[in-house]
Amino acid sequence: MRARKGFGDKQASSEKGDIMKILVPVKRVIDYNVKVRVRSDETGVDLANVKMSMNPFDEIATEEAIRLKEVGIATEVVVVSIGPEKAQDQIRQSLAMGADRGLLIKTDEMVEPLAVAKLLKAVVEEEKPDLVILGKQAIDDDSNQTGQMLAALLGWGQGTFASKLEKDGDALKVTREIDGGLQTIALKLPAIVTTDLRLNEPRYATLPNIMKAKKKPLEIKAVDAYGVDIAPRLEILKVTEPPTRQAGVKVDTVADLIGKLKNEVGVL
Amino acid sequence: MAVLVIGDVRGGALDGATLKSVTAAKAIDADVDILIAGEGVDAAAASASDIVGVRKVLRVDDGVYDNNLAEPLADLIVALAGDYAAIVKSATSVGKNVLPRVAALLDVMQVSEVTEILAADTFVRPTYAGNAMQTVKSNDRVKVITVRVSSFDAAQLGGSAPTEAIDARGNPELSCFVGEELTNSERPELTGAKIVISGGRSLGSSENFMELIFPLADKLGAAVGASRAAVDAGYVPNDYQVGQTGKVVAPELYIAVGISGAIQHLAGMKDSKVIVAINSDEEAPIFHVADYGLVADLFEALPELNDALC
Repeated sequence: MRARKGFGDKQASSEKGDIMKILVPVKRVIDYNVKVRVRSDETGVDLANVKMSMNPFDEIATEEAIRLKEVGIATEVVVVSIGPEKAQDQIRQSLAMGADRGLLIKTDEMVEPLAVAKLLKAVVEEEKPDLVILGKQAIDDDSNQTGQMLAALLGWGQGTFASKLEKDGDALKVTREIDGGLQTIALKLPAIVTTDLRLNEPRYATLPNIMKAKKKPLEIKAVDAYGVDIAPRLEILKVTEPPTRQAGVKVDTVADLIGKLKNEVGVL
Repeated sequence: MAVLVIGDVRGGALDGATLKSVTAAKAIDADVDILIAGEGVDAAAASASDIVGVRKVLRVDDGVYDNNLAEPLADLIVALAGDYAAIVKSATSVGKNVLPRVAALLDVMQVSEVTEILAADTFVRPTYAGNAMQTVKSNDRVKVITVRVSSFDAAQLGGSAPTEAIDARGNPELSCFVGEELTNSERPELTGAKIVISGGRSLGSSENFMELIFPLADKLGAAVGASRAAVDAGYVPNDYQVGQTGKVVAPELYIAVGISGAIQHLAGMKDSKVIVAINSDEEAPIFHVADYGLVADLFEALPELNDALC
């Protein structure tokens, strides 16, 4: 039972206890409504003239950070993206939702989660946030690694797949979606949180806020400025279409269905 | 060099996902060890030593690992990693939480949700919600991979591997366990079930789910799943969701009731052996992947199906 004691019990809320600076990394990805096409030369998916958007889990991360600011728990929300020039669009979207300022670490290379985590560690060392909220995974490479890796590199605690966040004294209570239900843990701050789908429903940026966001500061730095080796560790040998499934037969009645399942496939 | 499989312990017992991880690990190297960590895990360790082809079971008896907190568990795995060519864990919520932390501490790029192992360093994994399959070669010294359990067969039982007790590595105390709310269920776990029956938004209410889907599931010994739309509508809890952002299942028989078959959902069940779809809309995309399709009103078909099965 020793583990049940919350960190908040150890000391009263410190002076800094109630105000946090939050860093939110966001990624530019193929819009989730786009039907992805694998290139015929099997080198990847077709990105030409495809609609790009902010990774949906990162929108949830942005929303959560802004809500923490609106209730007075956070003071500042900084958004960072690692990607091409155009990733400024996604940073501006976060700014229009209510984030305070942005940073683009510019590169046209594909950066793997481990290298992203190393770059973010360098940003954390500069910005000194109390909390980093990331999407649990990007819907392009579906790795689900960056938040956990950043926590490891910083030596911080991690609350992944969050469906609820609560500030509790000096600690952050995170309710997590796990197989079979929900788990609640308390994290010592500073900490890493990754968002699951049901943490919140992100707001739409209003036109006045989109206009305002254009005036918010957005710094652009070259990836080289961080001295991080971003050379990929994984060699992509090929990218192929998944095996397709053939449509089967239509049956007319429930009795037919049961007959087929019993006699043809023997699964009942 | 050998492979270390991280065992899945659930309520003191070994979860079937570990059997799948062992099969995956054997495709990398013949020598496979299993780590079992937690307080009072003798039963789980005994089950692990019963798996055919396991070289030895490493048992760590310490309550610090009971709730699978990422930080202490990752430290333990990292301490053991030096002896292994690969670390393999099922892509459960624990695997997804802990293994990337291990990988970063080892300065390794993890390969997530592997569905096929082509060589000791070459893996196939889904990207873009299963719409593009990537074949990757890892050049890291240690391979750190999570495997999609539905893609591998369970290893056989009947072995007798020795068990070695090893020491815990302490707790960095970065997080602590507060509590958990598990969905109590007599039914099989979704990802390991032989039959899954899933309901969609057309069920219309949580009461209809209770009255139509659950009794049928009990008759079939099936697990119950749902589409994201049904979960979002609040008919069943979140962990019932089958799909790219929920559970990925591949049972012998998958019955989709009132599910249209959005790409998101298909990504979570299209590897099932036999797919049955019951839907009133004959244009529903689910029929494109179904082996047997029944165009019918679910409110008539389900009671009939229920009555016809004894």
